[in-house]
Amino acid sequence: MTLAFLNLTWPTFANGLALGGVYALMAVGIGLVFGVLRLVNFAYGQLIMAGAFALAYGSQWGFPNWASILFCFGVVLGLSILMDWLVFRPLRTHSPAVMLVATFAVAFLLQNIALLAFGPLGKSAGSLAILNAPWDVGGVFIKKIAVISVATAAGCLVILQLLLTRTPLGLHMRAASMDFRTARLLGVRANRVISGAVIISGLFAAVSAVMLSVQELTVVPAFGTQDTILVLAGVVLGGLNRPVPATLGGFAIGFANGILGGVLPSNQSQYLPSFLFAAVIVVLLVRPDGLFTRARGSVERV
Amino acid sequence: MSALVVERLSVRYGAVEAVRGLSLEVRPGEIVGLIGPNGAGKSSTLHAIMGAVPVSGGAVRYDGRSLLSRRPEDVARRGIALVPEGRRIFGELTVEENLRLGLAARRARRNGGGLARAYELFPVLRDFRTRQAGVLSGGQQQQLAIGRALAADPDVLLLDEPSLGLAPKIVDVVFEALTQIREAGLAVLLVEQRAQRTVALADRSYVLANGELRLTLGPEDAGDTDRLVAAYLA
Repeated sequence: MTLAFLNLTWPTFANGLALGGVYALMAVGIGLVFGVLRLVNFAYGQLIMAGAFALAYGSQWGFPNWASILFCFGVVLGLSILMDWLVFRPLRTHSPAVMLVATFAVAFLLQNIALLAFGPLGKSAGSLAILNAPWDVGGVFIKKIAVISVATAAGCLVILQLLLTRTPLGLHMRAASMDFRTARLLGVRANRVISGAVIISGLFAAVSAVMLSVQELTVVPAFGTQDTILVLAGVVLGGLNRPVPATLGGFAIGFANGILGGVLPSNQSQYLPSFLFAAVIVVLLVRPDGLFTRARGSVERV
Repeated sequence: MSALVVERLSVRYGAVEAVRGLSLEVRPGEIVGLIGPNGAGKSSTLHAIMGAVPVSGGAVRYDGRSLLSRRPEDVARRGIALVPEGRRIFGELTVEENLRLGLAARRARRNGGGLARAYELFPVLRDFRTRQAGVLSGGQQQQLAIGRALAADPDVLLLDEPSLGLAPKIVDVVFEALTQIREAGLAVLLVEQRAQRTVALADRSYVLANGELRLTLGPEDAGDTDRLVAAYLA
């Protein structure tokens, strides 16, 4: 069975959905921290890289898969919290430009530490590779990881949505992202809200690390960097200020990335990012507020 | 019961001294008015009490303990609630979610406050509880801002120009609510531009100009327009 146009097949479509799901999680992870700290974390990809290396080492050391995944979560969460304590909080009252440059510095620092420690050739996260085996879905063979990625991303987003809308912490996080100063005057604890955002963001980075390292297999120091840049483009595409459009933007660019990666002849796939960024520029020229935001002025933001 | 005590408070923004040596006291069950022209230091005083602006001198004490150099959220959790200027409601959240935010500062082991308190004082909030707060009228938003502060079950209520931009009828509703809040035993510090009404309502009112206390007025002075005008122009 083939989708009529181009050479788009159902498996390619499923891979697009899977990458879209992972990118949506990354978009939310970046968006949550942006919401409370007004900080775009360029080092998000390095969190994912660290998690992927944790998985690769776990598999090299013969950890069972669950232990590798746990190790990955531990490393990513630890690094997120460290980043928050050492970089985000001390710079919280500085200008957005200072914080942006600081996260750039952290990104390059971590990438170069990885280069020194693990070398440029990278490692294989081999033990999870079985998830690349296909499932037979009504005669169409779809990679297990594609199904797992879509289901996991959807599950994470539903849980996050419940947390944000049904719990006091979620309400406080939403309020803080709208007007931090007033939220604090009402008794919302700044540190708790920031920690909450950083931890959830870190959890999503860890989930993304697991999904991406199954799909890409070889973990190199630059792992996750290009994905992060694409996600950031997607977030801007959707509308940086608003969680749902930002998530949709992340999904859209991941989906496009997955589909184009499957459709483009392999000798042209190095042009893929150029295609995507050209598309982003065109969209932003036409809709500067983002693809998924309503017309300006419907609800005033304070 | 304990009082909010401000002693020789000074607030400085760079070279500008917004508040100079201001002293005042608000006891439970009384409304203290703080009036004066724009830029007199009224809002700065409230923000200094809340820990939202740095204090350059003096003391702020509540319940015998200093509030200085505490974070705003900690001051709120000590039982001091601010109804900020411009209401500062969260327009994208529902009315009920706004009120729930007020619960953030509610202290453990206290059963007072809560959403019921806000609904009791302002029934309109109950009717609109599932609506986005941004679509409420200015008067309703002001009621929401006061209700949200009361949800925390505070002992001290600070209000920053609650009547600003409201129709006279709505101002009546707000001032009537303040009377009830006083009767409930709260200490109320009311910053206002409507000088005459404030002086009439408050147990005593301080006239502030250039960050300094100029005059103390009682309710009996509310009819004395000359004295009020003179205090403003002094």
